[in-house]
Amino acid sequence: MSTVIVVTSGKGGVGKTTTSAAFATGLALRGHQTVVIDFDVGLRNLDLIMGCERRVVYDFVNVINGEGTLNQAIIKDKRVDSLFILPASQTRDKEALTLKGVYRVIEALKKRFEYIVCDSPAGIEHGAIMAMYFADEALIVTNPEVSSVRDSDRIIGLLSSKTHRAAQNLDPVKEHLLITRYAQKRVTKGDMLSAQDIQDILAIPLLGIIPESKSVLQASNSGVPVTLDKASDAGQAYLEVVARFLGEEVSNSQKKGFLSHWFGKK
Amino acid sequence: MNFLNYFRLSPQKNTASLAKERLRIIVEHERRLHNSPNLDYLPLLQKELLEVVRKYVAIEDEHISIHLERNGDFEVLELNITLPDNDNSRKDSGKS
Repeated sequence: MSTVIVVTSGKGGVGKTTTSAAFATGLALRGHQTVVIDFDVGLRNLDLIMGCERRVVYDFVNVINGEGTLNQAIIKDKRVDSLFILPASQTRDKEALTLKGVYRVIEALKKRFEYIVCDSPAGIEHGAIMAMYFADEALIVTNPEVSSVRDSDRIIGLLSSKTHRAAQNLDPVKEHLLITRYAQKRVTKGDMLSAQDIQDILAIPLLGIIPESKSVLQASNSGVPVTLDKASDAGQAYLEVVARFLGEEVSNSQKKGFLSHWFGKK
Repeated sequence: MNFLNYFRLSPQKNTASLAKERLRIIVEHERRLHNSPNLDYLPLLQKELLEVVRKYVAIEDEHISIHLERNGDFEVLELNITLPDNDNSRKDSGKS
C-alpha cells in the first residue's frame, strides 16, 4: 500500500520545498521507499534543494508525454538508499501537467514506492491542484504570519473539494498542520502568532513545529536536505515530524520548552 | 520615563493577538463565501436590501448581515437587520 502526500501551503516562500526535501529524506532514512516529485513546472527547484540539479536529464513532463520512461527520469539520491527524486520540467508551461498524465505517473510510482511526496507550487492554480489531486494525506506548511495562515485556510478548503477523494466521496484527505519558521522568543513576547493560535484558526491537527533556523539556508546553499544535518535544530524537528507521521509517540527531546508548550497543555 | 516606555511598547506587545483576531474574522468570512456554492449574488442582495430598508429607517451598512447556511438538503437564508434604538432615526415617509 502506498501513500501519496502533498506538501502544500497556498502562499509562496513558506518552506514547501524545504519541507518536501526534508520530509522525504526523513521517510527514506527510516527505510521506506520514497520518491519526491516536483510539481512546480517552469520553476523547478526541488532538484537544487536536493543537490541533484546536474543529474536531471528527463523530467515529469517528459514522462507524461512519453518522451522518456519513468526509470530514466527518477534520480536516485546518492546519500540515502531508498530516496528518489522526480524533477519538474523547467521549460514547459504549467498546463503540461494533465490529470490523466499525473494519474498514470502516480499509479506507476505506487508499484515501487511506499511514500510519494508531492511538492506543490505556490498559489491555487492548475499546478497546485494537480499536486493535491491524488493525495491521501496533506502537510499544510504554515508560517506564524497572517497571510500564510489565511492562504492555508484556502488550501484546506480546496483539499476538501478539489481532490479525487472529494470527487469520489472517499474518506477526506488527512490533513496535518506543519508550522515552519517558528520563533518561540517572539511568541513569548507576543509579537508572533503561537502554534495554538494557528491551530485555533485552522482547526486541523498539528504534526509539528520547525524552528526558524540558520541551518535551513545553509542546507539549501549546499544542496543537502536539512534532515541530513545532525547538528541542525530544524533537521531534528523534521525527524520528529517524520516519526510522528509514522505514528510514533515522540517524546519532545530537543527544545523541551517550545514543544512541551503545545503538546503538554491543551 | 517608565510612563513613556509603557506607551511605546504597548502597541507592539499585542500584535499577535491582533493578528489572531483579524484572522479569525476574515477566515470565517471567506469560509462562508467559498463553502456555499451560489453565494455570488449575496453582496448585491445585501446592498439592495439595505437600500430598501433605508427608505424607512436610517441604518448603517454594518447593521445588516446576511448569511446563507446549508442544513442538509435545504438552505437557510438568514437576514439580520439591527434597528437603531433611537426613535428619531425613523424617517418621516411623508416628507422624504
